[in-house]
Amino acid sequence: MNTRRDFLKKAAGLSALGALGVTPLPSLAAGGYYTIPLKKPLKVGFVYIDPVGNIGWSYQHELGRRYMDKKLAGLVESTYVENVSDARVEGVLRQLVDTGHQLIFTTSFSYMNPTLKVARMYPQVIFEQATGFKLAPNMGNYNGRFYEPQYLTGLVAGAMTKSNKIGFILPFPIPEVYRVVDAFTIGLHEVNPKASVSTVWVNTWYDPAKEREAAQTLVASGVDVIATHTDSPAPMQVAEAHGIYAIAQDSNQIKYGPRAQLTGVIDHWGPYYVETARRVLEGHWRAEATWGGLKSGMVELAPLNPAIPQEVVDLVNTRKAQIEAGSFEIFKGPLYGQDGALKVPAGKALDDKTLLGLQWFVKGVQGKAS
Amino acid sequence: MNAAAWISLLSAVVVAATPLLLAATGELVCERAGLLNLGVEGMMAVGAVSGFITAYHTGSAYLGLLAGIGAGAACGILFAWLTVQWVADQVATGLALTIFGHGLSGFLGHSYAGDTITALAPLAIPGLASIPWLGAIFFDHSLPVYLALFFVFAIYWFLYRSRAGLTLRSVGEDPAVAHSLGLPVNPTRHAAAAFGGAMAGFAGAFLSTAYTPMWAEGMVAGQGWIAIGLVVFATWRPLRLLGGAWLFAGVGVGQLFSQAAGLSINTYLLSALPYLAVLLALVLISRDPLRIRLNTPASLGKPFRAET
Repeated sequence: MNTRRDFLKKAAGLSALGALGVTPLPSLAAGGYYTIPLKKPLKVGFVYIDPVGNIGWSYQHELGRRYMDKKLAGLVESTYVENVSDARVEGVLRQLVDTGHQLIFTTSFSYMNPTLKVARMYPQVIFEQATGFKLAPNMGNYNGRFYEPQYLTGLVAGAMTKSNKIGFILPFPIPEVYRVVDAFTIGLHEVNPKASVSTVWVNTWYDPAKEREAAQTLVASGVDVIATHTDSPAPMQVAEAHGIYAIAQDSNQIKYGPRAQLTGVIDHWGPYYVETARRVLEGHWRAEATWGGLKSGMVELAPLNPAIPQEVVDLVNTRKAQIEAGSFEIFKGPLYGQDGALKVPAGKALDDKTLLGLQWFVKGVQGKAS
Repeated sequence: MNAAAWISLLSAVVVAATPLLLAATGELVCERAGLLNLGVEGMMAVGAVSGFITAYHTGSAYLGLLAGIGAGAACGILFAWLTVQWVADQVATGLALTIFGHGLSGFLGHSYAGDTITALAPLAIPGLASIPWLGAIFFDHSLPVYLALFFVFAIYWFLYRSRAGLTLRSVGEDPAVAHSLGLPVNPTRHAAAAFGGAMAGFAGAFLSTAYTPMWAEGMVAGQGWIAIGLVVFATWRPLRLLGGAWLFAGVGVGQLFSQAAGLSINTYLLSALPYLAVLLALVLISRDPLRIRLNTPASLGKPFRAET
């Protein structure tokens, strides 16, 4: 795609080899903190998988970067590289290291292994990788609990559907996707036990034409609320055109569905970027896995459509407050699998470890689970 | 599935086939004149971004379509200028055009990603649109959908029933003989390339102003390559493009429908189906080498320098 950047990156990959070992070695300080010899201001790099644009996954990370720049003005200096395919991320990382970046955020699941490889090569640089699960002494990871707001959108969808059929457009069969679909369906059934969820896998994170076709397919099969875990606003446009509702993903998509958008799941990375950069600056950073929910502000609920009845708004607000307070478990028993078999007995709830590897749909979700 | 679901499935197929048909019809004319232009994907991207930007600033999706057609034609003329005038290698030039088109469209559209426009409105054809089944499937769409069908038949007529079409085919078969007969080889090739570019630009602008009314880098997503494949699939015969485009769009949309209908089939297999279907069809066609030889323009991809 972004072939115009090829030459730069290849050149950078070659010259970055010289950057090894110019600074004193980093060390593990007391308290398990990983400290590096800092240059001021701290140069922070961001790598995005899509073009930034004005909407979507990478745009939300870019908003986070700008937020960090504003909050830590004078202390940090940041740059970003957008539209970086998996094949090129390693070269881009070397280039960022070579140009003096000491803290680098890589913002795609598919960047996990390249980031780990480069992190091992450059111990004097700290890496943070989004949505992956691997760690190294100088590499942490972070992810949002997208399923928490998605449970709340399920409550809304259950109240607003008239056909009792909801459509969900899905990218790839990974635990994150099972979690959001299941949490959504649990919320849906809490309000409306008769409603069901039809799923369509599109096997892409971003393909407006295919997402549009999937949305139209769902409309034809009679759904009147569309949710998605893919990144383009095409499903929202289809919902708006057909006079039905949709749930926004990543960004507020109200521009694309001023009447159709019920609510949505919004990613909000800024506070985490500020906190991480501050820890690095203060020598209090260590490699950790962060999984931030509604409480942390890393994920948020988009504004609620005025058409939603007040008692539903009240229920959403109550549940949101309970989730933030830790007094409400979304994945608590009894939970049944698609085939009706009991998966989680009453009185038990799924813990984080199980959620991280979740691979099944709850009862009420139609369509194959992979 | 009930009747309404079948109608919406078939109607979705007709729309999804439109960009493929438009781009493939243009490429077919271009190849019939002996020019193999592999830049369709890039020309579509340029058409898409020009169409979107124009529609955004003028508020008219129709002006957007015209801008896309114009920008695509400009790309086609650039291709002809390089490969006909300067006899550059067609394969390399076409590939370069794809890369260039991607880069240029990303550059031009950078600040428009995430903006919205008013999409091209559907134009139901009075009378025809109320025919049961066929009306909803064929006659309740936006203008480019009808034009795509029109062009397939118009190009069929042009190639086989008009003198200019005969000239174009002769140029594609043997430019040296055509030249010695006094036929305008280079002007014909220029015109064919411009038409091919215009149709690719049209296809791109259809995507960005009607199908998914937005601009996003990479939104053409390989459809230009499928269009080139369809020309071979159709063995350079315009009417067969219809079958190819509908088959491809039909398998693509159909696999989504089967999921929504709750059929339990592996989704990776379903996603691969359109490509498997085309591969199978290509193999079936290739079993008859004579048919391919009879239809392939003999000078396709070969440079021509007029002896004076």
